[in-house]
Amino acid sequence: MTTRGRTITSRIRHWYGANPLHLLALLAAFALAGYAVRAVIAAGQFRGFALWFAVAIVGHDLLLFPLYSLADLSVQRLLPWGSSRKRTRPAPAGQVPGPPLINYVRIPAGFSLLLLLAFFPLILGLSEPEYHRASGLTTQPYLWRWLAVTGVLFAASAVSYALAWRRAAARARKQQAAAVAARTRAQQTPHAAPDVPSPVAPRATFDVWPPARQPHRPDSPDLR
Amino acid sequence: MRRAAQIRRNGHQRRDGRRRHALAASAAAEYHRASALARRAADAARHPADHPPPGPFRPGIWRSPLRGLWLTSILAVVLLAGLIVLAVTGLLSYAAYDPLLPGNDQTPGAGLLHFYLFSWPTHPSWLYRVDQGVHITLGLALLPVVLAKLWSVLPRLFAWPPVRSLAQILERVSLIMLVGGVLFEFATGILNIQNYYVFPFSFYTAHLYGAWVFIAGFVIHVALKFPRMVTGLRSRRLRRELRTPLAETRPEEPDPGETETAEPGGGLRAAHPRAPTISRRGLLAAIGGASLTLGGLVVGQSIGGPARRTSLFGPRGLSATAPHYLPVNRTAASIGLTAADVGPGYRLTLIGTRTVTLTQAQLLALPQHAVELPIACVEGWSVSCQWTGVRLADLARLAGMPDPAAAQVDSIQQVGAFKTAVLSAGQVADPQSLLAVTLNGRVLPRDHGYPARTIIPNAPGVHNTKWVNKITFLKQA
Repeated sequence: MTTRGRTITSRIRHWYGANPLHLLALLAAFALAGYAVRAVIAAGQFRGFALWFAVAIVGHDLLLFPLYSLADLSVQRLLPWGSSRKRTRPAPAGQVPGPPLINYVRIPAGFSLLLLLAFFPLILGLSEPEYHRASGLTTQPYLWRWLAVTGVLFAASAVSYALAWRRAAARARKQQAAAVAARTRAQQTPHAAPDVPSPVAPRATFDVWPPARQPHRPDSPDLR
Repeated sequence: MRRAAQIRRNGHQRRDGRRRHALAASAAAEYHRASALARRAADAARHPADHPPPGPFRPGIWRSPLRGLWLTSILAVVLLAGLIVLAVTGLLSYAAYDPLLPGNDQTPGAGLLHFYLFSWPTHPSWLYRVDQGVHITLGLALLPVVLAKLWSVLPRLFAWPPVRSLAQILERVSLIMLVGGVLFEFATGILNIQNYYVFPFSFYTAHLYGAWVFIAGFVIHVALKFPRMVTGLRSRRLRRELRTPLAETRPEEPDPGETETAEPGGGLRAAHPRAPTISRRGLLAAIGGASLTLGGLVVGQSIGGPARRTSLFGPRGLSATAPHYLPVNRTAASIGLTAADVGPGYRLTLIGTRTVTLTQAQLLALPQHAVELPIACVEGWSVSCQWTGVRLADLARLAGMPDPAAAQVDSIQQVGAFKTAVLSAGQVADPQSLLAVTLNGRVLPRDHGYPARTIIPNAPGVHNTKWVNKITFLKQA
């Protein structure tokens, strides 16, 4: 490129804020979209079209997103032993406390709500007249199916929670056994100098979940 | 102990002295607070860019430790592939209606957007069925990915300052086409397959033109962001992420491109991330699981056979498995078909170089042929059936026009869309194209178009006209 060409490019870049190609590509995209919108106007359906475009964006960004975020935060706060930020449920002596419940609640709930979001016209029977006219069928079974699927999702979640708890308990028992073994070995070693501290394995604690299995790498920031 | 001592000490002080002291202290605090506020306000007025308004504009409010360029890029690459398939299957579906034939075009204003159209073939006969099944099932399966992707980039909507250059203004406007387009297309498509016609426009018009607005936004977004996506994908190893449990899940590292791409607000990562409540692999598994759930509980209606029973939420899934029920999308009752319409007075008129009128008995006396062809609806469901009937090519010959350029098939149906369809020369000539009179070995049920309906290989369901009473063979299309 000549010096002169480069100056023009850099001047555009300064004035516009990006490479001139960026502008050209965007203008091409606007032209295509504008051409499609022209056809919508020609079909006399622009008002509804534009309204639904706007409602789709506002409905997601300013309604659906805040609602599900708020629901998620509320569940985290309200669950008795919700997330790793809280102490886990106090366990009776000799028992391992359960893992945080949060994901075992919000995942089946999220799946169920997504199904509702996608199929609410059938589940709530809102499209019954048109659906019946088209198919000769009724929307009635969909509510029961949705409830049944929701039930299955929560049941599966409960089973996997129980399994996760059992795995955690087994792990804790193993750690404890290893700690006891290490302590016994230390006491039985006759040549150990008295000023060397006995290598007691760290006691398994469950103030935070999951129980630490290995020390954090020093280079990674510790969030807790 | 300390608190008790403090109370004792306070008790010894004189009451008015204490008040004076308290007043002075509060006045001083007030003064400091006010001057700090004034300083901040003046500063904000001088440099509004550094002082976002409260709420979502403050970066500190976005605290998920999982947001970051890598996560967004992984979701982006899934959508890049998925949305391309969705767009292509959708555009093919539009071509399947043969809009170039007179009378078929639901969207006559499309103009140049017709550029890619071609005469829709009759082979393979399963093409439309697969195309539309993929379009609907994949669309539903991508819904969780679209929502997750929007979640991952939502802080950018509230980036402060909102605009820094003309380039950025235009880029943000193009995002209206992208985000509005994807939400608009998903919403109209998902409502339409459930016959929930709440939109104030024609579905065909809006879903087609909405798709082009989306495609414009999508292409420009991919063009501008592809390098960023590649950077993001390279910043972490997927395999390692899939092995990282919650306890070792850390926020993403600062993105090297953050500063050079002139993106204010510091990209996608949270400024002050919380402790994670789910691992990255857990989140990806949840999104993938949701996709499989939505798609999996629908796809059976497109596969048919025993799989239809698994389609709990398909509009013609499990519900459509009652004995002797075959899916339809327009019942005889809904068009007000009367017994007289299809009784002994029924006549089929064929118009070519001569006009022939046939009674039902005469139609049944013509050579009958058997075919197995699917009927596949634009709403995604399909079913393969045995049909017998008279070849359209034979009827054309009967009307004195053995090689018509097109044929217009009309129904007894007086109201509603698709009461007429124009077939191409290839569709009329195909030996599998029938005017069918039986379905699965029984007389055509009334909901399926008794006394006669067309069945065309690979045509969209609504182009297989029901309750046919007139076929006009045309010399030129």
